[in-house]
Amino acid sequence: MYIPDNTPRHSVYYDYQIYPFRTPPELNGEAKRYPVVIVGAGPIGLVTALELASYGTPVVVISAEVQVSHGSRAIVFTRRSMEILQQVGIAERMLEKAYPWRSGNSIYRGQRVFRLEAPYDEDDRFQPLNNLQQQYVEQYLVEQAQQNPLIELRWGSKVIGVTSLLDHAEVQIDTPEGEYSLSCDWLIAADGAKSTIRQELGLRMEGASYSGRFVIADIKIDIPWPTERLAYFDPDWNRGNTILMHRQPEGIWRLDYQLPPNETPEQALAPESLHTRIQAQLDMVGISAPWELDWCSVYSARAMTLPDYVHERIIFTGDAAHMLPIFGVRGANTGFQDAQNLAWKLAMLLKGVGTPELLATYSSERVIAAREIIAEASKSTRFMTPPDRGYRLLRDAVLSLSLTQAFVRPLFHWRTSRPHDYHETPLNALNDDNGQFTAGSAQGMPLQNIRLAANDYLFDHLGAAFHLLYFTNQTVPESLLQQVAELEQQGIPLKILTIGKGQALADSDGHFAKRYDAQTGTAYLIRPDQHVCARWKNLTAEQLKAAIYRALGQGAK
Amino acid sequence: MSQLPLTELEVVYDALAEAINQVGTEQESLFLTKLVLLLANQVGNQAQVEQAIHTALLDLQ
Ligand SMILES: Cc1cc2nc3c(=O)[nH]c(=O)nc-3n(C[C@H](O)[C@H](O)[C@H](O)COP(=O)(O)OP(=O)(O)OC[C@H]3O[C@@H](n4cnc5c(N)ncnc54)[C@H](O)[C@@H]3O)c2cc1C
Repeated sequence: MYIPDNTPRHSVYYDYQIYPFRTPPELNGEAKRYPVVIVGAGPIGLVTALELASYGTPVVVISAEVQVSHGSRAIVFTRRSMEILQQVGIAERMLEKAYPWRSGNSIYRGQRVFRLEAPYDEDDRFQPLNNLQQQYVEQYLVEQAQQNPLIELRWGSKVIGVTSLLDHAEVQIDTPEGEYSLSCDWLIAADGAKSTIRQELGLRMEGASYSGRFVIADIKIDIPWPTERLAYFDPDWNRGNTILMHRQPEGIWRLDYQLPPNETPEQALAPESLHTRIQAQLDMVGISAPWELDWCSVYSARAMTLPDYVHERIIFTGDAAHMLPIFGVRGANTGFQDAQNLAWKLAMLLKGVGTPELLATYSSERVIAAREIIAEASKSTRFMTPPDRGYRLLRDAVLSLSLTQAFVRPLFHWRTSRPHDYHETPLNALNDDNGQFTAGSAQGMPLQNIRLAANDYLFDHLGAAFHLLYFTNQTVPESLLQQVAELEQQGIPLKILTIGKGQALADSDGHFAKRYDAQTGTAYLIRPDQHVCARWKNLTAEQLKAAIYRALGQGAK
Repeated sequence: MSQLPLTELEVVYDALAEAINQVGTEQESLFLTKLVLLLANQVGNQAQVEQAIHTALLDLQ
């Protein structure tokens, strides 16, 4: 019998709510087969559930816990994450509370040796980075899921075993009222870094663990500084190590600092040790305000991924699939892209319009993305916490030179998470005009947003479907409209959005067309996850049909 | 690739020796690493620097 911890977690700013366990039908002797079961109600499991539901796919979500994240954990959400979270309906709510920002500073010997502004495009709705504690993000996702009749949330239910079969999976679940088992066509493992399911299947991750360990501490304190990333290198009170400071809503600041090599997490989290170090950092930066600890934890940097995310009927996503260093805000931001990539492919497969090859590209596209992120994150990690003598010497040489030599300062670049470009995916069209464009998002890239009017952006008009952006100042050719209708009749969600004078999106000043290098007849085909898969200078019905089939993994049908 | 005339090489030889003596054993590696980075930036050519690293690794015993 599994009894979850039903005591609301302690926090000085966040009121934890308990989502109680409820008896599932299986414990009343009813059994049925579910199309999709998601294990994990963390940010990634919940976004996957909401995305799947947006395509009409019913889901059951299972969580061992009965409340949201312990502590703030992921606090920085990128523009791309905000665009994904807009699709699932919580971006607006997040922005009411979040702190948007874009500047990062590296400080050495009291001197700011590097400052970087993340680029902001006038056509973007969201700022490059947005700080909000993970509890709020999870809470908003839970509340969004609770309102969705296609999503069933089962709290306080712990997965203790899985069986993977060729055409379905079975999950064994322990609850306060005893054990039961569930059968499903597809099982999504979104059960976090310590994934029970990954362990049950005996799957190994590739990549590296770093020896550097960090204390993460959130304190409530009044510091009158703007929201910017602050990285302090080799400070007097913690020689050789790095300290990060991030501002969060509710008067909370995050301090991350590295532990001395031989200290255990228990020693590092002992109240006196925490207090002395936090105070030393505050003293160093000249802050004398009183403060109170909210939450603390020890984190070790790992850069690992499963080499394959789809194992028969079990699919891995989020931290269960990969573990990424927090420098550069990778964990949750990467996971949202997994969730969005997976959801449409699985939904299309379940609708009968997508193929197993389509689902296989979830794994190929996202594993490549994870490997790219790991390579980048590993560079940051080697700079932030040099793993050995060689890297330490080089890092220290750069610190020392940075006081006077501009050429080394770009090495402080903190490489924030950015969306992957699927330029190599087999889902991209074969014979389109991709290479002929001088502007706009190329095949594989996420779509560039466009500001249409005050508080009105292109992405606001996108939903759970393929979209054909069609530029015209006249009418859409009848043959194309017929083709779209025909594809829709086959059950393929496809929407045509016309752009130009007198069209659905009136591009009165020609700005949209200019950014997309478009003339009358130009078209962009956008996957449901907002990545471009084809673009043409002058689209014909035949080309559209071939590209859609290809994007569904049906090859040239 | 340009080469140092012998007289200049001798001056550099002395200057480097004196600088190493001046920094002391504890800071020696840091000093030399900084120096390499500065010179690498001046050379402005990745392959040449990599070749030099490779050459310096030879015959260390
Ligand atoms: C201490 C700490 C600090 C972090 N700081 C940052 C940061 O600053 N920035 C950043 O980007 N990321 C950070 N992360 C990482 C970030 O929190 C994760 O990347 C993110 O939460 C991943 O989401 P997820 O949904 O994949 O997994 P999780 O959020 O871990 O969710 C896992 C879910 O699975 C459920 N579950 C697990 N096992 C079982 C089981 N056997 N049966 C049923 N349910 C189960 C859990 O109850 C939970 O609902 C931090 C993580 C930790 C632990």
